Amino acid sequence: MNFQVRPILTALRQHKAGTLLIALQIALTLAIVCNALFIIHQRLGNLSASSGVDEANVFVITNMWADMGQSTSQVDAQVRADLIALRQLPAVRDATPASGYPLRGGGWDNFVTMTPEQVKPTTDAAVYTGDEHFIDTLGLNLVAGRNFRPDEVMVMGTQEAVTPPTVIVSKVLADRLFPDGDALGKSFYAMGATPTTIVGIVDPLHRQGVDSWSNGYAGQALIWPLRADDSRGVFYIVRARPGQLADAMREAPKALYAQNRLRIIDSKDGIQDYATIRHKVYDRDRGMAILMGIISVVLLAITAAGIVGLTSFWVGQRRKQIGVRRALGARQRDILAYFLTENFLISVSGTVLGIVLGFAFNLWTVTRFAMDRMSLAYVGAGVLVLVLLGQAATLAPALRASRVSPVEATRSV
Amino acid sequence: MFAYYLQLGLRSLRRNPALTALMVMAIGFGVAASMITYSVFRAVSGNPIPGKSAQLFTPQVDGWGPQQNLKGEPAEALAYIDAMALMRAHEAKRQTLLYPVQLSVMPGGNRDLPLNANGYAVTADFFTMFEVPFRFGSGWSAQDDDARASAVVISGELNRKLFGGANSVGRTFNLGGHDYHVVGVTSHWNPRPRFYDLFSTSGFADEPDIYMVFNRALDLQMRSGGRNSCRGSITYTSWQGYLQSNCVWITPWVELDSAAEVAAYRRFLTNYAADQQRAGRFGWAANVRLRDVMQWLEYEHVVPPESRISLAVALGFFLICLVNTIGLLLAKFMRRAGEIGVRRALGATRREIYTQYLVEAATVGLAGGVLGLLLTAAGVSGVGILFQPEIARLARLDLSLVGLTFVVAIIATVLAAFYPAWRAAHVQPAWQLKSS
Repeated sequence: MNFQVRPILTALRQHKAGTLLIALQIALTLAIVCNALFIIHQRLGNLSASSGVDEANVFVITNMWADMGQSTSQVDAQVRADLIALRQLPAVRDATPASGYPLRGGGWDNFVTMTPEQVKPTTDAAVYTGDEHFIDTLGLNLVAGRNFRPDEVMVMGTQEAVTPPTVIVSKVLADRLFPDGDALGKSFYAMGATPTTIVGIVDPLHRQGVDSWSNGYAGQALIWPLRADDSRGVFYIVRARPGQLADAMREAPKALYAQNRLRIIDSKDGIQDYATIRHKVYDRDRGMAILMGIISVVLLAITAAGIVGLTSFWVGQRRKQIGVRRALGARQRDILAYFLTENFLISVSGTVLGIVLGFAFNLWTVTRFAMDRMSLAYVGAGVLVLVLLGQAATLAPALRASRVSPVEATRSV
Repeated sequence: MFAYYLQLGLRSLRRNPALTALMVMAIGFGVAASMITYSVFRAVSGNPIPGKSAQLFTPQVDGWGPQQNLKGEPAEALAYIDAMALMRAHEAKRQTLLYPVQLSVMPGGNRDLPLNANGYAVTADFFTMFEVPFRFGSGWSAQDDDARASAVVISGELNRKLFGGANSVGRTFNLGGHDYHVVGVTSHWNPRPRFYDLFSTSGFADEPDIYMVFNRALDLQMRSGGRNSCRGSITYTSWQGYLQSNCVWITPWVELDSAAEVAAYRRFLTNYAADQQRAGRFGWAANVRLRDVMQWLEYEHVVPPESRISLAVALGFFLICLVNTIGLLLAKFMRRAGEIGVRRALGATRREIYTQYLVEAATVGLAGGVLGLLLTAAGVSGVGILFQPEIARLARLDLSLVGLTFVVAIIATVLAAFYPAWRAAHVQPAWQLKSS
C-alpha cells in the first residue's frame, strides 16, 4: 500500500475548518478521557483497599447512654455486662468495646514521637481501643508478638487521657517507626508522658478515615488495651459466627435492651454491617468513578459519531474526485487507505494538543486539590484509544468511498 | 419571516434524521452533564447567610506555635482558656462561643425509650447574630448566660416529637438526667453550608434539635460531641485539667459592623496573643486570623473537590459537544451549498441566509434543551449514586435550573452555529449554480 501523505495534506488545506474541528475535538476528548481514566483507577484503588477486618461477619453497634451523669465505674460495669450478654448469644463469636472502627470515616488519631521531648511528630497513627477480644472480634491477622492479656486492659473515663504501657501496632506503622523490622519490644510515645511498648503486630489494619489528608499515613494504626468508658456512649464491634450475621444483628440489640433500656441505638444507623460501612465511607470515590465512567463513555461515543458525520460529509463532497482517481487507476484499497491515513494524521495532531491539555488539567487538580500526578501510562492509553476510535469511526465512510464507481467521474460537467 | 425560517429549519432537520439526532444528543448530554454537576456545585457553594455574611467573623488564635500549628495557620477552633478570654473581653457588639453537644431526652409520657437530641451549647447572642427564626418564644438573655440557666431552645422537629407541635414555651423536660425549660422553638433553620460549625461538621449535617446555655454545659462537664484536637503530650485526668490543656474544641463568632470595628477587633486579637506571649503562655509571636463567613467557607474547603472537578469535567464535556456540533452543522449547511446558491441567485441577501441558518441551529438547541432537561431531571434525582447523600440531597431541579438549561442549550447552539452559518452565507451563488 502506498501512503500518499503529501496529497492528503494538500487536500486538508481545502478543509481547514473541518480538520481543525476534528483535531480540537480529539484533543479535548483525550484531555478529559485520560484524566477520567486516572481518576477512575485511583478511586477504584481506594475502594478495594483492605481493611484487615473479617468484613463478611463483623458488624458495629453505636450505643449512646441516655443518662450522661453516670460515673466511670457505673459505665464500666454496664459495658462489661453488655459484653457478657453479647458474647453469650449463640450467633455471636466474639465482641469488643471500642472507641472507633476501621472505615468509620474519621475518628481518633494521635501523633507519634520517638522521645517525650520531641516537638515535631515523627508520624501519625489512627488510635483504636478495645479489650483482649479486639483482635479476634475484628478478625485481624496477628503477624508477630502476642495479643493483650486480660490484666493489661485499662479503664479510661470521659475526662481522662490514658496511655497504656502496651500497644499492638499495624505492620505499616511498625515498619515506619522501626525500618529494620525489629519493632517488637520497642517503645514510642503517642501524645502521652509515658512510653508505650509494642507487644504485637497486625497486618493489615486500615485507618478509620479515608480522607486525602491522611494518605501519607495510610495503614498506620495502633490498638491500645483500653475500655473507653465514655459517659456519652461506646461502640460494640461484634463478630458473628460464619453465616449467622443476620441472626446476630437481630439478637444483639435485644440482648442489650434486656440489660438496660436507658440507651439509644439509632433505628436508622445504630447497627451497621461492614458492607454498609464500606459502602458509606467510599461514597465519594464510587460516585466519582461512576461519573467519570459515564462521561468517558458518552464522550467517546459522541466524538466517534462526530468523526463519522464529518468524514461522511467529506466523502460526499469528494465523490467526483474519488471517481476520477479510480478512473485513473487507483484501487479500492488506495481510496480506503487515503481516508484512514487522513484521519490518522488529524488524530495524531489532535492528540499532541490533547496531551498538553490533559497534563494542564491534571496540574490544576494537583495544585488545587493536592491530588496525585497522572502517570504517562494514562495518557498513552488515552492516545491509543482515541487513535483507534478515530480509525474505527472512519472505516464505514471510507469503505463507502472506496466503493465509489469510476463512472462517477464522467457524470455532469 | 421568523416563522418561515423556523419551518425551513424543521424541514431541514427532518431531512437527515441521523445527523439531527446526533446534534440534539450531543447538546442534550452536554447540557445535562453540566447542569447536574452545577446543581450540586450551586448547593454547596452558596452563601448560607447572605444578609450578614460580611459582618460575622470567626477569630483564630494560634495556641500551638509554629512547630505544631497547621502549616503556619492557627487551629480552626479555640482552646477553653482563649475562648473564655475573648468572651470576657467583650470587644465586639455581639459574640458567641459554641460547641456541639450530644444529649438524650429521657423516657416520659408514652415513650419508653430515650430519644437522641443533638445540638449546640451557645450563648445568648447566637440567636440574634445568626438570625435564627422562632415559631414560639425566643432565645434566652445574657442574664440567663450569667445565671448558667437550664434554658433550652428546641427545633420545630423536636417540639413535634415531644410536645405534638404545640407552643411548649415554659414546659420542662429531662435531658440526660437534668431538667430543662423551653424558652423558644425555632422554625426550620439549617443554613447550608453550616458556616458556624465547620470545625466539627463538613457543613451539611441535619438540623440540630437543641440549643443549650454554654455555661450550663460547662457546669455539667459536657465534652464536645464533635471534634477535639490537641498537640504535644496529653496528660489531663479531670475536667479542670482538660479545660487548661491546649486542646481546641470551641468555635467563637463575633459580629462587627464596620471596617473600623473589624480593624479594632483585629488589633485586640493581636494584642491578646502578644499578652499571652509576654505572660509566657505562648512561646511565639502573635499569630491570629479574623475571617468572615465567605472567607471561612473558602478556607475550610467546604466545596468538596469532587464537586469542583466534576463540574470542570462536565463543562469540558459540554465544550466537546459544542465543537462536535460546529463540525456537524458545518457539514449539514455546506451540503446544501447548491440550495443556498439558488436562494442567493433569486435575491436572498447574505443576512437572510445567515438568519435562516441561525434559526435552524436554534431549533436544534431547543430540542437539545428538551432532551437536556429530561436527562437533568433524571440525573438530579439519581445524583445520590454520584455524591454523598447529605450533599446529593441538596441538588434540586427548580425553575431557575430549568430556565438555565434551556437558555444555555439555545445560546450555546446558536454560538456554535455562527461559523457554519457565516460560511453558508458566503457561498458563491455563481459557482454553485455552475457546478450543479
